[in-house]
Amino acid sequence: MSLFRAENLSVRFGGIRAVDSVTFDVRRGEVFSIIGPNGAGKTTIFNLISRIYNSTEGKLTFDEHDITRIPPHRIAGLGIARTFQNIELFANASLLQNLLIGRHCHAATGILAQMGFLPSARRDELRHREKAEDVIAFLGLERYRDTLIANLPYGVRKVVELGRALCTEPKLLLLDEPSSGLNVEETEGMGFWIEDIKKDLGITVIMVEHDMSLVNQVSDRVMALNYGKVLSMGSPREVQSDPEVIRAYLGGEVEV
Amino acid sequence: MRYVFRTNYRQDLAAWRHRGDVFWYSLLLIVTLLIPMVMGEFYVGELGAVFIFAIAGVGLMLLVGYTGLISLGHAAFLGIGAYTNSVLLSKGVPFLITLPVAGLFTALCGAAIGRPTLRMSGLYLAIATLAFGSIVGTIFQKWTSVTGGFDGFPVPTPYVFGIPLDNATGIYYASLVVLIFVLWLSTNMLRTPVGRAMVAIRDSEISAQSMGIHLARYKTLAFAVSAGMTGLAGALFAHYVRYLAPDAFDVLLSVQFVTIVFVGGLGSIRGAILGALFVRLLPQFIAIIRDDLPFGIGRMPGLEPSLFGLILVLVILFQPGGIDGLWLKTKHWFQAYPLKRATGGRRQKSYARSERLR
Repeated sequence: MSLFRAENLSVRFGGIRAVDSVTFDVRRGEVFSIIGPNGAGKTTIFNLISRIYNSTEGKLTFDEHDITRIPPHRIAGLGIARTFQNIELFANASLLQNLLIGRHCHAATGILAQMGFLPSARRDELRHREKAEDVIAFLGLERYRDTLIANLPYGVRKVVELGRALCTEPKLLLLDEPSSGLNVEETEGMGFWIEDIKKDLGITVIMVEHDMSLVNQVSDRVMALNYGKVLSMGSPREVQSDPEVIRAYLGGEVEV
Repeated sequence: MRYVFRTNYRQDLAAWRHRGDVFWYSLLLIVTLLIPMVMGEFYVGELGAVFIFAIAGVGLMLLVGYTGLISLGHAAFLGIGAYTNSVLLSKGVPFLITLPVAGLFTALCGAAIGRPTLRMSGLYLAIATLAFGSIVGTIFQKWTSVTGGFDGFPVPTPYVFGIPLDNATGIYYASLVVLIFVLWLSTNMLRTPVGRAMVAIRDSEISAQSMGIHLARYKTLAFAVSAGMTGLAGALFAHYVRYLAPDAFDVLLSVQFVTIVFVGGLGSIRGAILGALFVRLLPQFIAIIRDDLPFGIGRMPGLEPSLFGLILVLVILFQPGGIDGLWLKTKHWFQAYPLKRATGGRRQKSYARSERLR
């Protein structure tokens, strides 16, 4: 039973086919990694799923909904959350506020109730706060709760972005290079978070990643892309030993 | 440093951080309530004007400081509020109805202008709102049957529960009440999802969208609320000037509003009030020292606008946090003495985005 399915997904920017007839499906509860050289179209696929780009062709199905043409702000409400390659946090707000923004799609009160700060808005705020605290406890971010994001170290910001995505209570989590810019220990830590997210929270993960050790550590299946086309799909070991993949990365035939 | 020990999530939702805040703000409220009894008519009038500008300043702060959108057309919203209020008053509608109607109608105009300018940001938005300002100014001049054209018309005296607000004290208290209402509204917005959505749009549109924030809706809302507050200020402004003419709502006034938010300190409601104090008191200060300035500088035309411009530039260059940032820095210096570090305190950061720096 697949949670997410992309069929013949294509997008063209001018003459460039950034993503070219990519078809894949992601099963409930698995970690699905997308690898590929720079410019292979990995992040573009994420931007297509989160509807920031319009696909030229193809169909996206999530949880039995056709999401090919829904507006981008509805994605979070359906249960798809994402992180960004170059951290897109709200830098001039505290960590807690960032997590609370992640709760936006669950706001149960209207704008007027919020402007008047009616009892319903207060109750709603407390509910969001509790949920945000759960995430803070899950990721061990207590000591940074009231720190401005601008004053946090890079490694912590990566975790905060993960936390903000978790605050939306997603069914599907898109992680765009969770280990980029992290050192070896932090990357390992990120691997453990991803495993916890999968096992404890039961969230399905699609991950774009360059660090093969992290990919091997957490992925159930891997898809390799090059020039917008699928090169190979399967278990991490299968994909890494695929001659096409090795050629894409190293530029020629080599003995392994 | 004061650390607030929290035992309940409700504490973070309170409008006050701790008892010290309650004490000082209550004291401030009492002082502002007593001022008309001890100060002369002129000063009360000027302080009333500070309140009026602070109302508009809070409105513009929500737009510029919190949503990251710029407007150089807020004088037009002030004008719309002023004319709506005064025209309805002269038709015999009571002030307690014309005031909220002026605010709501201006909010509608704000939403209408916000909608088509959604796709613009930075410089382009500034140009579009500037154009809007001059279009509205022209409408005030040409629509003589309603606005009286260039000649304008005297603003009728407002009555609240049968009491005429025909002197500076009346307008002072009316403005104070509206200012408190506007502060209450903006505090509520900033502690609920609306305000967080605005801050999210300011800091990163792309991730705001991915968190489920409808960009168009919240930008329009920010424009509407900002314009509505400015409209309320406009209604009071009409009574402050007493005679409504279109030349009061020119670009220079819009620039004064922008000065309020930048000099006061972007991203701070308190900054809007400090900025309003500054912008209203500077001309008075210039008037006092005018005769004592050397080389006849004091008699030169355009002294005031050029000083405003110069101060705006200097603040953006050297004190991006504005007066509020300066206050926080000073407070931190005393609290941390003698351990003050150059990097300590709240990080100073400008929220004004330009295309180039994005």
